[in-house]
Amino acid sequence: MTPEEHQLFEQKIYAYVGREVFSSQPAPDRINEAMIRHWAEAMGDKNPAYQDAEWAEQSMRGRLIGPPAMMYCWNQEGITAATKRSSDALTDMCDLFDQHGYSGVLGTNVKQEYFKEAGMGDQVFVDMIIDTISEQKATARGIGYFFESLATFSDQHGEKIGTQRFRVLKFIPAEGANSTVSSDEEALETPTRIASPRGHDNGWWWEAADEGRMLIQRCTACQTLRHPPRPMCGECQSMDWDSIESTMQGEVLSFTEIHHPKVPGYPSPLICAVIKMDEGTNFVSNLRGCEARDASIGMRVSGVMEQVDDKTMLPQFYPATQEA
Amino acid sequence: MVANVKDKAVIVGIGNTEFSKNSGVSELSLAVQAIKVALDDAGLKPSDIDGMATFTMDTNDEIEVARALGVGELSFFGRSHYGGGAATGTLHQATMAVATGMAETVVCFRALNGRSGHRFSGGVAGAITTADAIHWGWYTPFGLMTPASWVGMFTQRWMHITGVTKDALYEVAKTTRDYGANNPAAFFYGQTFDRTEYDAQRSICDPLQLFDCCQESDGGSAVIVTTPERARDLAQPGVAIRGVAQCAAKDQEQMTSFYREEFAGIPEMEFAATDVYAMSGMQAGDIDAAVIYDAFSPIVLWQLEAWGFCGFGESGDFVLDGALRPDGRLPCNTHGGQLSEAYIHGVNGIVEATKLVRGTSVNQPAKQIDHALVTSGVGIPTGGAILGKL
Ligand SMILES: [Zn+2]
Repeated sequence: MTPEEHQLFEQKIYAYVGREVFSSQPAPDRINEAMIRHWAEAMGDKNPAYQDAEWAEQSMRGRLIGPPAMMYCWNQEGITAATKRSSDALTDMCDLFDQHGYSGVLGTNVKQEYFKEAGMGDQVFVDMIIDTISEQKATARGIGYFFESLATFSDQHGEKIGTQRFRVLKFIPAEGANSTVSSDEEALETPTRIASPRGHDNGWWWEAADEGRMLIQRCTACQTLRHPPRPMCGECQSMDWDSIESTMQGEVLSFTEIHHPKVPGYPSPLICAVIKMDEGTNFVSNLRGCEARDASIGMRVSGVMEQVDDKTMLPQFYPATQEA
Repeated sequence: MVANVKDKAVIVGIGNTEFSKNSGVSELSLAVQAIKVALDDAGLKPSDIDGMATFTMDTNDEIEVARALGVGELSFFGRSHYGGGAATGTLHQATMAVATGMAETVVCFRALNGRSGHRFSGGVAGAITTADAIHWGWYTPFGLMTPASWVGMFTQRWMHITGVTKDALYEVAKTTRDYGANNPAAFFYGQTFDRTEYDAQRSICDPLQLFDCCQESDGGSAVIVTTPERARDLAQPGVAIRGVAQCAAKDQEQMTSFYREEFAGIPEMEFAATDVYAMSGMQAGDIDAAVIYDAFSPIVLWQLEAWGFCGFGESGDFVLDGALRPDGRLPCNTHGGQLSEAYIHGVNGIVEATKLVRGTSVNQPAKQIDHALVTSGVGIPTGGAILGKL
């Protein structure tokens, strides 16, 4: 697209913000046991409030309810949607994206809010609008736009059951990448911290960290400590070295609290610090156990090796406890 | 030893593309557009170019640029490493080539889709396949992986030691924005801010807030360097390179020199300053205006100290006296800098410094500008140059 064509395209796309997709659309089936059973089985949800009629009668509700998280299911289009999709604002907008090369689609977030429980025999009605469309973003998948639909679910009395925001990325698939959601593993895996690659000069250090030890490299010729590890001593050019285990005591030389960007797998906000170890070498790590406003340059810290996520063992530093 | 290059290379053409957040074109297209503007400015043809200088980070192969532009034979192509540290590194390459006769006319360029393509603010966590990955691996597990986080770490310590406050960071950001607000080519044209708005911006990495950080931009910039003899016959008044240096200092890391005895300082830039002053036979007092690399507001302060405009820890008072303003001691980043014009890795800064010496900046100071300083990025191996009338 030329910049002018792109501008025109954006005008057309942004015209969809606020457009109605469904208005009081009734679900084809009332809330019923058979569909709840399928859903609960698939989700592994054994809550008796959904399926155990006897239990439910004794409960404070006095009746079976539909799983709140299932509210969007009742109005889902069936298999016919694949062949003969009704025309609505959402479908038209997606067609427009497709025609301009933004053919990739990735559901990124679902956010539900619940207001009222719906029970067996209730009928669910849905209202939906296209709520927001982002500016164009460069993402790992490719360049695209995030849009958010807002669905409001009500019962046959017109009372609000809940709302659902569904955020979707429409993007130009990067060459070679899949245009739809790739593997389930990728979608489901809990993100972890980005590990260091391990090579000849640093692999030993990370392997010791995995085992719960923080080491400092030492030149065996002149005894100079060095960090980060490297193959030669800058003081005497010896290539012979061993290591010592750090006491993990030190003082803060500087710190910064990271607010932006938020990276999956990392706490936010997060304090990073340069620490002068008592051994004399500097080390970059996280400062934990205190707020940024209570951190200060010169403060004493004490470290521990800590499993920070499923895959990562790291030195982490805390304000040193006052010693007598 | 002092390099023997003074006034042996001359800037005769400058060019920028349009700056945007989404160029909609390739980086190659941006490169050749910027170079074409610079050639037209100089009154030269593509076939006059026989050398090229760019960044190792630039994705445009010299031979691709040459083919697209219609350049014939090349007798020199050299690249400089370390991101924005290569800004005046391109001038350094071009000057050496021209001064030694390796090439007669060298184009320095940088073109990037810095916003719609690869974004630096995303940090170094992407798919890195180089040996750099080992280096970054000391920071990524701890979440210290963006330029803002590294500079935030240096800034916190430097403010602690010098006692300089956010007042000085604001003054840098505000002055730069006011210049940009008056530059139609700047992203922030027509948009200024006040202290309340500055303070209200979200924190990026303490103590840096949004307006302390440069933008990410799409665009290209180019500068044509040739011999003084040739320069005298061309369309524009020549702007001579009085001195240009490229420097790395002891215990240098790429953005993370946290292992020095003291890291509240930029010794590599002090080294560059010493070198450039020696080559040019000049001192800080001889410089009338400057384009100081401003990926973040505090790094301008450190460079003012490194280049000797004031002593260590005195840059806060220096800028709060209005030194960087149009009628100040050292009008600075008069195009709006990278904070407010565009982030083209400092090469748009070389374009602006050339304009200052020509007398054609959109914010040309009232006083006579005989010499302008232009610097490269901070925290990495870096450099700088002094430009003057031919
Ligand atoms: Zn040694």
